[in-house]
Amino acid sequence: MAETAADATASTPGQDPNRRDFIYIAAVAAAAGGAAAVAWPFIDQMNPAADTLAAASVEYDLSKVEPGAQVVITWRKQPLFIRNRTAAQIASAVKDDHADMKDPATDASRVKPGHAQWLILLGSCTHLGCVPTEGGGKYGGWLCPCHGSVYDTAGRIRSGPAPKNLELPEYTFLTDTKVKIG
Amino acid sequence: MSGQSTYEPKSAITRWMDKRLPVSRLVWDSFVDYPTPRNLNYWWTFGGILSLCLGVQIITGIILAMHYQVGPGAFASVEHIMRDVNYGWMIRYIHANGASMFFVAVYVHMLRGLYYGSYKAPREVLWLLGCVIYLLMMATAFMGYVLPWGQMSFWGAKVITNLFGALPLVGKPITIWLWGGYAVDYPTLNRFFSLHYLLPFMIAGVVILHIWALHVAGQNNPTGVEPKSKADTVAFTPYATVKDGFAMSLFLIMFALFVFYLPNALGHADNYTEANPLKTPPHIVPEWYFLPFYAILRAIPDKLTGVLAMFGAIACLFALPWLDTSKVKSMRYRPQAKLYFVIFIVACVVLGFCGAHAPDDQVIPGLSAFQLLDSNINSFVWLSRIAALYYFAYFLVITPLLGLRETPLAVPESIAAPALSHPAE
Repeated sequence: MAETAADATASTPGQDPNRRDFIYIAAVAAAAGGAAAVAWPFIDQMNPAADTLAAASVEYDLSKVEPGAQVVITWRKQPLFIRNRTAAQIASAVKDDHADMKDPATDASRVKPGHAQWLILLGSCTHLGCVPTEGGGKYGGWLCPCHGSVYDTAGRIRSGPAPKNLELPEYTFLTDTKVKIG
Repeated sequence: MSGQSTYEPKSAITRWMDKRLPVSRLVWDSFVDYPTPRNLNYWWTFGGILSLCLGVQIITGIILAMHYQVGPGAFASVEHIMRDVNYGWMIRYIHANGASMFFVAVYVHMLRGLYYGSYKAPREVLWLLGCVIYLLMMATAFMGYVLPWGQMSFWGAKVITNLFGALPLVGKPITIWLWGGYAVDYPTLNRFFSLHYLLPFMIAGVVILHIWALHVAGQNNPTGVEPKSKADTVAFTPYATVKDGFAMSLFLIMFALFVFYLPNALGHADNYTEANPLKTPPHIVPEWYFLPFYAILRAIPDKLTGVLAMFGAIACLFALPWLDTSKVKSMRYRPQAKLYFVIFIVACVVLGFCGAHAPDDQVIPGLSAFQLLDSNINSFVWLSRIAALYYFAYFLVITPLLGLRETPLAVPESIAAPALSHPAE
């Protein structure tokens, strides 16, 4: 028995790879494939569940926002800024379109065509995620209370540690006064 | 873990590590070079299968705990897992059926130990640790079954916790303490969730002791004769690892059949109804793996005696190493013991069968000839009394007496001897 065992594990000369190598490789490959197939559901279960995805878009009636005011609603469990900008605020943002900025963007690229007064942004500072305060900072946009990032009236980063402009969510105008976000 | 280590670190890194924390040496000595009896059959693969079951239950359980809510949202959160969580249905079905698979494997493992005398010297502590694991498994399974907070969960919890109420004087205060109130309620659910999460790790701890004890005493084998020379053993790797791996693969196929094709075959439809403390389901039964003990409980008309008998049935397992007087380990060489063992298995199955039926139902429908005074002998309660009597007699009367009175067959000189000469069994 001990001899047969030794024979069985020794590679057969002249055959490379031999049949035993093939069995080892096939068995380990099948086991690895199986493990990977099982691993995916166990990883994917941590992704957003169907009920979370179902609640991922909201509709909002803009007529509730007074000119010059900002309303904060929650979207995907996060604050969303809906700001009805005055003509002066739009003008000051457009004037700075070619100013020196960290994340250059024109005011027109931050809003939907024909709806320049409506600025809809994720209320989450691009530095580390605090909620910026409306009207703070020298540009009259937002000031983040955590580390002093200053955003202008187009939500563009103008000074402070934040690297990017305030993020724009995906949204469409259903009517002139109704938007669907997400 | 026993004998001289043959591990030789080959690289500079493994030599450095070996002097500081010899993990590789432990693994090598325990699972590679470890000598296993050469004649182990497939009944010996269930230890590995059980480790696999524990691993599967812990992994799927940790995942379920990520999505489960304890408290008033418990029932809804289980439906959330089934419908909304990605692959939640699969993970829950693996966990729920995994409990049954775990018990299938543990019963095979225990019966193998009974048949081949694996509890006898020098493996008494190994056996006791196994009994402790079995008890922990039962506690874990029971508390896990309560968590979905369906009707069976609730009434199962109520019935089992009320067992403690049978104790004189302390009964009532103990049940109130267990419940955290005056009935099974969310405080009970909360503590069961906590303990259901804890116990599997305690099982894992006792499993380590179990394997340690196994590697100190060495594995038993179908002949029950201890290995005497190198000719009697083969290396754990590849012989045992490949054989265990093959058995695990077959076991996983059966497991998958249940998970994907019969996911609710072993459960009860009533548990998809949310717990209602005002209404008991018409027919309440535990999961299949508890049925024999449930039948013993109901076989006895007195509450306290019934509870004691049920716990006594498990206590018999703990006492077994000292109840068995036979000098021969394996029943392969004990023809009479073999016969009583088969009847014992039949008695356990009959008990399980009785546990699944209402006590007063007729075993043979329509037959009313077996009236004895006031009782109908043709009822499940009487059948379970006969089977329970045999269960206890097997441990307390047959096993001690048989070892003294039987004439065993000739036991081989060594493991290798019969293996090489191929005698008729």
